[in-house]
Amino acid sequence: MVEAVLFYLFAVGVLVAGAQVIFRRNPIYGALSLVGCFFFLAGIYVLLAAHLIAILQIMVYAGAVMVLFVFVIMLLNLKEEELGEERFTAWKVIGLAAVVTSVGVISWRALGPAYPGAPHVDNATLVTQRGPFGGVKAVGYVIYMSSVLPFEVTSLLLLVAVVAAVVVAKGKI
Amino acid sequence: MDFFHQHQAQHYLVLASLLFALGAAGVVLRRNAIIVLMSIELMLNAVNLTFLAFSRFPLVPNSPMGSFLSGHAAVFFVIATAAAEAAVGLAIIIAVFRSRTSVNVDEFDTLKL
Repeated sequence: MVEAVLFYLFAVGVLVAGAQVIFRRNPIYGALSLVGCFFFLAGIYVLLAAHLIAILQIMVYAGAVMVLFVFVIMLLNLKEEELGEERFTAWKVIGLAAVVTSVGVISWRALGPAYPGAPHVDNATLVTQRGPFGGVKAVGYVIYMSSVLPFEVTSLLLLVAVVAAVVVAKGKI
Repeated sequence: MDFFHQHQAQHYLVLASLLFALGAAGVVLRRNAIIVLMSIELMLNAVNLTFLAFSRFPLVPNSPMGSFLSGHAAVFFVIATAAAEAAVGLAIIIAVFRSRTSVNVDEFDTLKL
């Protein structure tokens, strides 16, 4: 019961904050509500017993990535007239219709007979062979044992991204 | 068993699809490049949510718990890639703003035929 109440609370928070991101005119309000959205989403992750990912979500997304966004918004310092008129064109209507249709299809598939109603397992009783489900030990084992190559490639990707960001933003070296 | 626990996986999947819709609508509707990037982050988070939902509620019945933790590993890599994407994307926005003094994606039409 508590789980259901928390889920609906966090879900409403995620959707309201996410809607603020795309409907607010000033990007700084959008960035701040995106931080709120990520915090609510971390709560949803805890409900899914993904404790490590929830902490990573707060540290990497709400911490590092959003600081970068806020920093760039402050750096550009857009005036009210530079934000531009939001025009409403036929292409936007078509795009919105495509979005609604695809979400309808996805939800219809998800609500279909794919899940015949599995027996409920409480999150606290979820254990793997290596510690609690979603804990540091269990997830770390998967990352370092069965996906070492993606892990190393990711580290290379981050290095390339750091160099690329500096080169692109700097203009002249 | 109440309604939420009976259809727990569906709750998470529908929430993820709604969040993805918000992100996609942001990319389609908004012309501000920074908000377009933030909408892409929303879509990536929706994908993360489906990964975790399928990891917690696997489709294969009677499977040992923990054999689907690779979903968590996938989310880990998506978070790292999203951080790299945000850094490069914001650098591109700054570079374009320097030459065009605008972040309106409608005005970035040099490559248009």
